[in-house]
Amino acid sequence: MFLQILETVSRWAIPFLLLTVPIYGFIKKVPVYESFVEGAQEGFTTAIKIIPFLVGMMVSISVFRASGAMEYLTQILSPVTNYLGAPAEVLPLAIMRPLSGSGVLGMATELMRVYGPDSLIGRIASTMQGTTDTTFFVLTVYFGAVGIKKFRYAVVTGLTADITGFIASVYICNLLFK
Amino acid sequence: MLNVIWLLLLAMGIIVAALNGNIEVVTSAALDAAQGAVAVCFDLIGVMALWLGIMKIAEKGGLIRVIAWVMRPLMVRLFPTVPPRHPAMGAIILNLSANMLGLGNAATPFGMKAMQELQQLNPDPEQASTAMCTFLALNTSCITLIPATIIGVRLSFGSANPTEIVGPCIFATSLAMIIAVSLDYWLRTYSRWGR
Repeated sequence: MFLQILETVSRWAIPFLLLTVPIYGFIKKVPVYESFVEGAQEGFTTAIKIIPFLVGMMVSISVFRASGAMEYLTQILSPVTNYLGAPAEVLPLAIMRPLSGSGVLGMATELMRVYGPDSLIGRIASTMQGTTDTTFFVLTVYFGAVGIKKFRYAVVTGLTADITGFIASVYICNLLFK
Repeated sequence: MLNVIWLLLLAMGIIVAALNGNIEVVTSAALDAAQGAVAVCFDLIGVMALWLGIMKIAEKGGLIRVIAWVMRPLMVRLFPTVPPRHPAMGAIILNLSANMLGLGNAATPFGMKAMQELQQLNPDPEQASTAMCTFLALNTSCITLIPATIIGVRLSFGSANPTEIVGPCIFATSLAMIIAVSLDYWLRTYSRWGR
């Protein structure tokens, strides 16, 4: 029931915004079309501005992944994850998660194809996917958009959130589904 | 911090590839990723233009200020350095709402808009302000009420109950959010990074 409401809301949210915001603006005597174009112009320049930041980040992540360095990291970390009750198969997912959104979706899909979506591995992979975020992508894009070069402690909080999300996903899935 | 992570990823990748005797993967991975990054940004142009266009209408009509005002009691505690009536507040709320609904392509433009507004309050334009760090802590740990993509993947592999993971997701993500926001608060208040 709750889920159905949520699904309906997310299906209607965009059409609703696209209708109500311009009508609201029109009533408030905003030149709606001109304002739209003005805002769209800003969107265009921002999207272009983040290209160098994203190229830099994606190149180093991609080299790290393609070289096989990630598999070594997985092996080094496996005693820690065994202790937490996480199957070894989901560990690469946890390492990739902050780095690459499309990469991790591909890995999660592969795990579900091999082990089935209703296996413990499939459920942990799904939960992690819905819980954690591609922290480095978000930081690169958001800070890049305004030209921030010193991220301060944002990397630490973002990664802590990802690690917490991973541990919590493993814990709750072991508790509910094992 | 970021300089070190960036260099480590790159250098370790190249060293491992060299030790494994397949150094040529480095070249193809680097070139493909560089092209891929530009493709991502080009895909972003359209949605960015659309949502920031709609947002500009909302801003000029005063709607953003209304939204910010409604959420003010919570926002002034999370962002003590941002004036309660500042447009950054509205953009932050829109970004977090879009994130919660799983509308990723609307969330990114709102988030960048929020960063641009926060940048205007930032005394050092090269360095992230405390408000920016708090915003990103919230953003990266934000609850997704409908993880639509993963539900779709589960469905396509014949899951008996594709949405059963929503409850666990909400549990895990709430925990991540509490930890991230607490850590952010602690760092900005007590650590040397906070100054």
